[in-house]
Amino acid sequence: MNSPLIHPHDLGPTPAAPLPELPDHSSRGRLERVLRRGEFAVTAELNPPDSANPDDVYERVAHFDGWVDGINATDGSGANCHMSSVAICALLTRVGYSPILQISCRDYNRIAIQGNVLGAAALGVCNVLALTGDGVQGGDHPEAKPVFDFDSTSLLATMKKMRDERAFLSCRKITDPPRLFLGAAENPFAPPYDWRPLRLAKKIAAGAQYFQTQYCYDIPLLKTFMQKVRDMGLDKQAYILIGVGPLPSAKTAKWMRSNVAGVHIPDSVIKRLEGAENQKAEGIKLCIDLIQEIHEMAGVAGVHIMAYRQEESVGHIVSESGILKGRQPFRRAFATAADSEMPPSTVGMGQVLTPA
Amino acid sequence: MSRVPFAFEASTKPPRDGAKFALRFWANAHSRGMEKTYAALEKFLRFAAPLFKAIGYERMEKPMVAIEKSIKGALFDCRMCGQCILSSTGMSCPMNCPKNLRNGPCGGVRANGNCEVYAEMPCVWVKAWEGSKAMDEGNKIMNVQPAIDHRLKGRSSWLAVSRGAHE
Repeated sequence: MNSPLIHPHDLGPTPAAPLPELPDHSSRGRLERVLRRGEFAVTAELNPPDSANPDDVYERVAHFDGWVDGINATDGSGANCHMSSVAICALLTRVGYSPILQISCRDYNRIAIQGNVLGAAALGVCNVLALTGDGVQGGDHPEAKPVFDFDSTSLLATMKKMRDERAFLSCRKITDPPRLFLGAAENPFAPPYDWRPLRLAKKIAAGAQYFQTQYCYDIPLLKTFMQKVRDMGLDKQAYILIGVGPLPSAKTAKWMRSNVAGVHIPDSVIKRLEGAENQKAEGIKLCIDLIQEIHEMAGVAGVHIMAYRQEESVGHIVSESGILKGRQPFRRAFATAADSEMPPSTVGMGQVLTPA
Repeated sequence: MSRVPFAFEASTKPPRDGAKFALRFWANAHSRGMEKTYAALEKFLRFAAPLFKAIGYERMEKPMVAIEKSIKGALFDCRMCGQCILSSTGMSCPMNCPKNLRNGPCGGVRANGNCEVYAEMPCVWVKAWEGSKAMDEGNKIMNVQPAIDHRLKGRSSWLAVSRGAHE
């Protein structure tokens, strides 16, 4: 059993309750605390199940246990239908995890979204990620009505208003406002490249406090982006988490770059995978290399790991890249131990890898 | 090209193929001239406000919508959202974005600068950025735009400017 080096501020009396208040924090969640302390944060994306069984969620999330500071519950990603983001978040807060509620403007109007935000906050959700959402043409229901009542920026402004001004967009009062850490997405790897840092600034003006980016496979392009971000001082105004993920094979990489919206994979990456004997292992190694390079980059606050259908590799990737530096993010065993007063070592949950 | 419905205005205009000539792209390429024209138009609309008021704004609505629709429809592929922000979007109409984004591009823009949804159409926001760079007040593209008011759909935004209700 490795020593639980979790920060005392990151554990509450009960797993499902938000953590005790801290001054100047907008949320009572763990992710904001980790980032504000200046620790290199790790978030991971959960692939939502196509089922109504909560165990499917818990089984998948077990791979992240003790390795991540936030878990993104995707909201119909790729315009495909899955278990809802709010429901997954509610399942996760019950056992003490720190989920990130993704809200896609594609599927709901402003009435539904604001209601959902209040509901999610009531269920213990502390982090949200405002997204435009992929077009319906790419999903399993291309005949659906695309809503797009908000765009991600006006959604951010609305949630900021709900939190800070205690009012709906209509100005009607909210008695107990949602205490949320507001996030947004950015894709430094899509045109117009020179506008992307300014778009970041615009989202910060609308209320974004942290960013999670699209998959990064192009370090030079990221460097140019981050240089501009630092020049504008934006890295001091919001926390920037760079998206990464292991590619399972060169074939999948080629498929992704031509079929998944917004994913840019340079030829050099595909060549590296093609040249490897074990492409899956090479994909993981590439991901670790990228994380280490990103970790060295000034102005980067963390990484966001999107290991689609490779969730089991997340622990290995985080551990091998050494970005936690001995720090121990929340493990379900901590909460269970606090609950049952059993020593954490006897209630170890899932396949917890020991950091090397 | 697959037919995917727009979020705002389904089925009126097909997406514009970037390889073919379209007035929309011409107007966008001449964003600075358009900006000046628009500034003059705004001045005129405000000047004419007492006249419009005397006639009655509600009575003016129908003919003005017809005029506005034909001019802006031809020049910008206007979709009559009724709350025009062309001068803040590089003279590229944001309602032509199939996601109706009014604050900037999504993350799905293709490497060639084309739309995620319509592979043949240049991204409305890539064009907006180009257009705004040529404009005097191009930095208005950084203004955070509020969510669209669906009640104004089909109404004249020129009359709104005249009335001073636009801001």
